[in-house]
Parts: sequence; C-alpha cells; structure tokens
Amino acid sequence: MSTFDNPFDPDRRLGAGCSCGRHANEAEHAADAAALAPQPMLESEDKRFEGVVASAVMRAMFPQDASRRAFLKAVGAGTALAALSQFFPLATATEVFAQGGPLEKKDLKVGFIPITCATPIIMGAPMGFYAKHGLNVEVVKTAGWAVVRDKTMNKEYDAAHMLAPMPIAITLGLGANAVPFTVPAIENINGQGITLATKHKDKRDPKLWKGMKLAVPFDYSMHNYLLRYYLAEHGIDPDQDVQIRSVPPPEMVANLRADNIDGFLAPDNICQRAIYDGVGFMHILSKQIWDGHPCCSFAASREFITTAPNSFAALTRAIVDATAYASKAENRKSIAQAIAPANYLNAPETVIEQSLTGTYADGLGEVKVDPKRVDFDPFPWQSFAVWIMTQMKRWGQIKGDVDYKAVAEQVYLATDTAKVMKEMGLTPPATAYKSFTVMGKSFDPDKPDDYLASFKIKKA
Amino acid sequence: MAKSLTLRAAVVSLVLFACFIGAWHLATRGTGSTAAMSPEYAKLMGLTATQGKSAMPGPLDVGVKLLQHLRHPFYDNGPNDKGLGIQLGYSIARVAAGYLLAVIVAIPLGFLIGMSPLMSKALDPFIQVLKPISPLAWMPLALYTIKDSGLSAIFVIFICSIWPMLLNTVFGVASVRKEWVNVARTLEVGTVRRAFTVILPAAAPTILTGMRISIGIAWLVIVAAEMLVGGTGIGYFVWNEWNNLSIVNVIIAILAIGVVGMLLDQVLAQCTRLVTFPE
Repeated sequence: MSTFDNPFDPDRRLGAGCSCGRHANEAEHAADAAALAPQPMLESEDKRFEGVVASAVMRAMFPQDASRRAFLKAVGAGTALAALSQFFPLATATEVFAQGGPLEKKDLKVGFIPITCATPIIMGAPMGFYAKHGLNVEVVKTAGWAVVRDKTMNKEYDAAHMLAPMPIAITLGLGANAVPFTVPAIENINGQGITLATKHKDKRDPKLWKGMKLAVPFDYSMHNYLLRYYLAEHGIDPDQDVQIRSVPPPEMVANLRADNIDGFLAPDNICQRAIYDGVGFMHILSKQIWDGHPCCSFAASREFITTAPNSFAALTRAIVDATAYASKAENRKSIAQAIAPANYLNAPETVIEQSLTGTYADGLGEVKVDPKRVDFDPFPWQSFAVWIMTQMKRWGQIKGDVDYKAVAEQVYLATDTAKVMKEMGLTPPATAYKSFTVMGKSFDPDKPDDYLASFKIKKA
Repeated sequence: MAKSLTLRAAVVSLVLFACFIGAWHLATRGTGSTAAMSPEYAKLMGLTATQGKSAMPGPLDVGVKLLQHLRHPFYDNGPNDKGLGIQLGYSIARVAAGYLLAVIVAIPLGFLIGMSPLMSKALDPFIQVLKPISPLAWMPLALYTIKDSGLSAIFVIFICSIWPMLLNTVFGVASVRKEWVNVARTLEVGTVRRAFTVILPAAAPTILTGMRISIGIAWLVIVAAEMLVGGTGIGYFVWNEWNNLSIVNVIIAILAIGVVGMLLDQVLAQCTRLVTFPE
C-alpha cells in the first residue's frame, strides 16, 4: 500500500493489483492516474503532511492490513483518528515531519539574479516559505552570473539561482574549475522571449537578420542555446551570420535603446521592460521555440548536500513548495507585488505582473494573453540535462566525448526531488527522462548523438 | 582684493550652475513622439512610451528624489535595499580598511627602500609594472585566491592605493637634503633617531601628498569593485539602480560619490598642511 492511500478507508482492496483493478500494481495505477489527470493541488500544505503522518502512524499501529480494516470497520474512520490522536501527538509529529531531521545549518544565504526566473527563490523570503521549513534564509541580489558562480563555489552562498546549464558547465569544468554541482529543482519553465528593437518591426522573418548584433545573458544559458537553435533552424549560422554577445540583462535594455544591439533573447521581465520603455517589441516567446523548456535552476554544490543534508532537504522542500504555489495562476499577482520592490527585483510592478500573469503589451500596440508565458515546475528532468549537453557540444563548448546520462544523473537530482515531492504529498513523474519537441523536431534522450548529428548548422 | 576675488568666483560658480541646470531642464523636457494606443494597452506601458517623456530625468525629478533620500538616509528594508547613508557607510568602511592596510605597508616599506639606493633601483621595475593595473583586472584573481568577496574588495583597494604612497615615500625619503642628514651624522645621532627626527619630518609633505593621491584612487576603486561584487556599498547601489534603469538614482549616487570623494580629499589636504614647513 503506498503512502498516499487513505489508511482510514476500510474498502481499500488488499493483496495484489491496484485499487481500480486495471493495473498490475498500485504504483502503475498511480503513475497512470497522474499522467491522465493533472494532479489538483490538494488542500493546504499542512493537511497534506497531516495525511501522510496519520497514515504512517496508523500503519505502524496495525501492521496487518486485515486487522486495520477490521478495526476501522468496527469504530469508523473518524473515531479511529480521534482515538489515535488521544495517545499520539499527531500535531507534533506532523510538525517534526514537515521539518525533517534536525537542521545542521539554519541561517543560509542564497544568491539570486534580479529576473523573474528567480521567482520561487525570491518569494520564499517575503512570503515565508523558508521560515515554514525552519530556515532563516537571506536572499542576496548578485551582480552577474559569473559572480553568482564564484560566490557559490567560494561557499559564500549555500545555494544559488543559476541558469539551467550552469551547474552542468561547472561540474564539467567549462569556464571554471570543475566542482561537482547539483540541481535539486528547476526554477521556471518557459519565461523568455526574443525582443527586437522597434525599428526592426518589419523584419519578422529571421532570414532577414543577417548582420544583426544580438545579446544573450550568458554563454552557458538556455537563452544562448535557444537563440542559436532558432536561428539555425531558419538557416542563419549563429557564429557566422550574426554576432551573439553575452550582455548582463540590465544592460540589454540600455544597449537596445542606444542602438548597440538589434535585439536579445532574455528573461521575460527584461523583454517586458524594453517594451515598457518603448524601445522594443516582442518577436516571439521562447515558449514558441520549445514549450516547457527549462530556464533557470536552483543549484547547490555536492559538498553542501553531504555536509548539511537536512538543511539541504528543507531548502529543497521550501523551493518545491514555493514553486508549487507560483505555478497557480491566481497567485501570480500577489507574487508580483511581493517581489517587485527594491529589496528584490527592483522593477516597476506592472512589468513584473505582465511577465508573471502573461497578459502583456507586445510593443506593437496589442495586448496579448498567454497564461503559460512563464510557468513553474520543479522537477529536474534529466532529459533536459542531456539536451543541454547536446547543444554544448553542438556549439563547441564541450570538446570530445561526454557521457550524457552519467553527467545528467549526477547533476540533475531527479530521484531526490521525486522523494521530496512524494513526502510533501505531490506527485512526481515516474521517470526522469522524457522526450520533447523543439521547433517541431522531437528529441529522444536515449539517442543524443544521433540528434546532434542531425543538425546541419553547427560549429565544426 | 582677495575677498572680492572669492566673491566674484562664487558668483561665476553660481551662474555656471544655473546655466547647467537650465540647459539640463530644457534638454529633458521631452516631447518625443508617441504612437496612438488603446487605453488598456497604455496601462501596461511606461511613461516614456505613453507620454513621450524623455528617458533622461530632468533636474526636478532628481531634486525630488534627492530630498527623499536625504530625508531617510538610513532606512533598512532587508539585505538588498538599504538607505543611501548606510551604503556610503559600507563603502567608506571598506575604503578605510584597504587604505589603512596600504598605509601600514607602504610607508615603512617606502622608508626602507628610500634609505637604500640599491633597493630603490632594484624594486623600481616591479613597482612600475604593478602601478598602472586597473582594479577590475585584479578582481577575478582576488576572488579566485581569497575566496571571499568582501575581503577581495578590500584587497583590491589595498593593491591599487599602495603604489602612489610607496613611490612618494621612497622619493621623499631619498631626496631629504644631504646637509641635514650629514649634520645629524656629525652630531652622532643614531640611525633610528635620525630616521624619526630628521628624515620623517623632512619627507612628511611628500608622503602625505602620496597619501592624498591614494585616497582618491581608493575611492575610485571602491565603486568599481562594489559594482562587480555587489551586496552592499555605493557601487552596489549604482548597479542596483542601473538594473532598474533608474537614471534618477544613478545621478544621485554620482553626486554622493563626488561629495564624499571631495571630503576625503579635503581631510588629507588639511593633514598635508599640518606637516608642511617653510624651507
């Protein structure tokens, strides 16, 4: 019987097979059900924990399924629960469970870059997600990706907001010393866009972009890989036909205004800021390149996990928790309000709100609505990591062979995250690899080399 | 005559200031073109786009914002949002730490080098190579080796402000008048006493000039270092407001940096005056 079954249900089927009878066992049933129905976010967090704890206690008291059923039939579920809480402090147990083991380190520092991708990390502080899991987290705004990387490697930060490819690059030693890093949670999916200067509003076909100067936030970023992918699919060689520069996000808007660059693929709030200031328009959302692509990640060094496993678990829970909250459309407005002030993103609230709610001005005079413009899903699919490495290889960042799956499994902690999600009463996917489609071309994580070979445009 | 000159200079300063503010105001009044847009679209857009307001703030915007900052210079809204006064305090503390370290190292070292012509010549090429290196060039190296961003910032101030002091101390000590040293020798004054009673007072004006140049450099460096490292300080404030494309706040920060830099310079200038002697 699995964790989420109701142990107070006397009608539950015992023995082999699942509760609906169509599956070989309960796990398959659960996986199927999860795939069919998008799991509704159950009641409150505390209720979920309470359920998990109560079932554990019930199961401990009546290890035999048959005798538990007899007891429940005799007294009824409500009485059983009441009786149970008489001599077992369920409330305390729930609290202890929610906090995990004793925390090795309570005061943590987490670095972030002021963009909407960091939403779960940032909102955890003002909205109390860290405090709920017993942590006192200081979220520190940081000047750029290289500084975030260095400060996390120096252990000034216990964990940090990084671009999804960065922990892979650090682990592989690309552009830095090789230090094993991990991704316990993806911050956001989608949430980027290609913005062009207003003067290019008639050049909507990328084939006309030859000679343009485009900007991305960092070399090891989804932004870089998606822009290159998009250009290459339209026959533009990103290394030959255009110039791609690495520019810190705040300077992108200023550079666009100053006519130093023609456009950029940037985090949503930067795109929206360019539109807000009247210097650019939204060409496409990154969602139109790959719907559901990862963007930023929550990263920590392997060393932090081994020295402070309980703190790490609590931190992961807080982030997963915040991500789950952020994934609900109705919460987005209040989140925008919480993270826009100077202490966090330091941006006009309407810009943040447009980025998060997906009701936005496109810079060409229209109001567009796309609630999935940015979305939040913590599960670190290992197939994301494999895809990222194929692109690193494609553009010459990785030279020679790489063991895709070994690295993916080392960095993207799908198993651990699944465990945390389960403990929290959420339903993680049953596998860590999924295939997906990028601009109509499907990606099979089992055949990365074939995928790589299929591209015409790449760095030799 | 002297009084009237000061007065006239003050009048010219004021006129120049008024002209500057006037020109600035005229230049930023803003009558940019605006496209017609529906009201719900306009609600999502900024003033630059909807009213053609210049992206560059005028003197009035800056004045209003400056008053706000002056009214609450020490507010603290969490780790990433602190008042201008607190940020300046952080920067001054960092500069003081790095600068004092540099003084502690540069002056005794300069003294020793200056008293030995051999060392003076031998170390010269190293000093000449190290002197012109930009603070930003030291930063990655410091972050990598020291592994602490706060200490790295202090180190960068140290390494950039040490050279003018060192060179001036060497020069000051080496060019003390031979007669004075010889007189001291004739009177059989010991080496240590000679250094403190003859050479130090004689070289003091040159040393303090070096210190004055250094404090200027240290203050230049801190802004760059804090922009890079972040966290706290006036450099971080500039970066944070740049991030928000808030030119108003950037201008205010520029003003604050200028005023503090001038004050630091004046303090050292006063000290120099204390040790100058008539020849």
